[in-house]
Amino acid sequence: MTPTVKTPTAARMALRTAVILLIFVVVFTGLLAAAFLWTQPAIEAAAASEKMKLISEVLPREVYDNDLLQDSLQLAPSPLLGVDEASTAYRARTGGKTSALVFEAVAPDGYSGKIRLLIAVAADGSVLGVRVAQHKETPGLGDYVEPRKDKNKEHPWIRQFDGLSLATVAVRDWRVRKDGGRFDSVAGATVTPRAVIKAVHKALRYVAENRQQLFATSQGER
Amino acid sequence: MMIRDEFRQIRDNGVWHQNTSLVQILGLCPLLAVTTNLVNGVMLSLATIIVMAISNAAVSSLRNLIPHEIRIPVFILIVAALVTVVDLIFNAQFHDLYLVLGIFIPLIVTNCIVLARVEAFANKNPLLQSTLDGVFMGVGMLWTLALLGGLRELIGGGTLFSGIDMVFPALQQLQLLPADYPGFLLAILPPGAFILLGCLIAWKNWVEARAAARSPGRPPMPSAAVTDGA
Repeated sequence: MTPTVKTPTAARMALRTAVILLIFVVVFTGLLAAAFLWTQPAIEAAAASEKMKLISEVLPREVYDNDLLQDSLQLAPSPLLGVDEASTAYRARTGGKTSALVFEAVAPDGYSGKIRLLIAVAADGSVLGVRVAQHKETPGLGDYVEPRKDKNKEHPWIRQFDGLSLATVAVRDWRVRKDGGRFDSVAGATVTPRAVIKAVHKALRYVAENRQQLFATSQGER
Repeated sequence: MMIRDEFRQIRDNGVWHQNTSLVQILGLCPLLAVTTNLVNGVMLSLATIIVMAISNAAVSSLRNLIPHEIRIPVFILIVAALVTVVDLIFNAQFHDLYLVLGIFIPLIVTNCIVLARVEAFANKNPLLQSTLDGVFMGVGMLWTLALLGGLRELIGGGTLFSGIDMVFPALQQLQLLPADYPGFLLAILPPGAFILLGCLIAWKNWVEARAAARSPGRPPMPSAAVTDGA
């Protein structure tokens, strides 16, 4: 396109173009890195306060009297939790005794990718609450697992789990009603609830298998 | 200083003659996925306006430094980097707004409208015009997506403005059809989006054909000028 008086050799042209491209890459990568480093602290602070807000939704305030974010333990990766790296669990205590556990579980088989859940389980193995922490489900269709987007404001879908435990719900009931289980779902959007139900069920099995360690009342363990 | 006619031309092209969704038919993927209700359609468009104004402005001011042969990779680099920076700044500084708009911003990076306008307009025009082109292309998308989202929401569920409480907590969604309206799932699912988009395109062509028939002296505006892009 560019009119040239003296045609430079192909090699020189290629080199020149490559150098320009390199400069663009360096400049914009630098810009990106600078923006990342500059915004990092604020983003982390916002994420922590989001987390605390989310925890307060699954865990009734009466259940604990300790500083949750300071009383955590690391969970080894487990297929039952759906995570492949160590995750953090927060211990709720009343009078030093572990009353509940808040941890993350991942449903790997959402309609579009992973659905991250926050689950609170009481010492007796029953669910205190479940919330979707992060998901990419279709807006307006599968996202009703998130109570803010749920049309049913009085009984949001996700509250169906409250109070359930492995002892009270048989294995084959951990399904949507359409598949013969006990959970409601919205017609046309059953992939998302299926994934969430499966993940909650597996998380409860994880708690049951690791009861001893999880609810042992050892102090000062981080 | 910019001439009035030029401004009007950029505005009319963006809002009507070269409407991204109805004429250029670009960026259908996020369009169809997101317009399940009015609020989502408007939010995606607002995020697109921001991104298109910024990337058009950036490419326009750098256009004399970019060699023709490698312009596409450089455009992609610029657009992707700037969108990511906007995403990060939004997340850090306007966290409440980010919770509403944030999920739409990554969707836009993959939207070929941005690249199409950068290539077709910003690469050849000065800074002010290019920025305005980005804004008005986004405005054209805004009313189209609002209409499409509103129609889908109304036909599919009988409501309007669902999800508005996430933007303005004081407001509630409107229940326009009776509460026992069974809903029409097709309108919410992707096929419904295609059908309604087709109806909107037909409506636009009908309006133009009628306008052309009334003033026979003027030839009809050529539609579908930009055909590249996915």
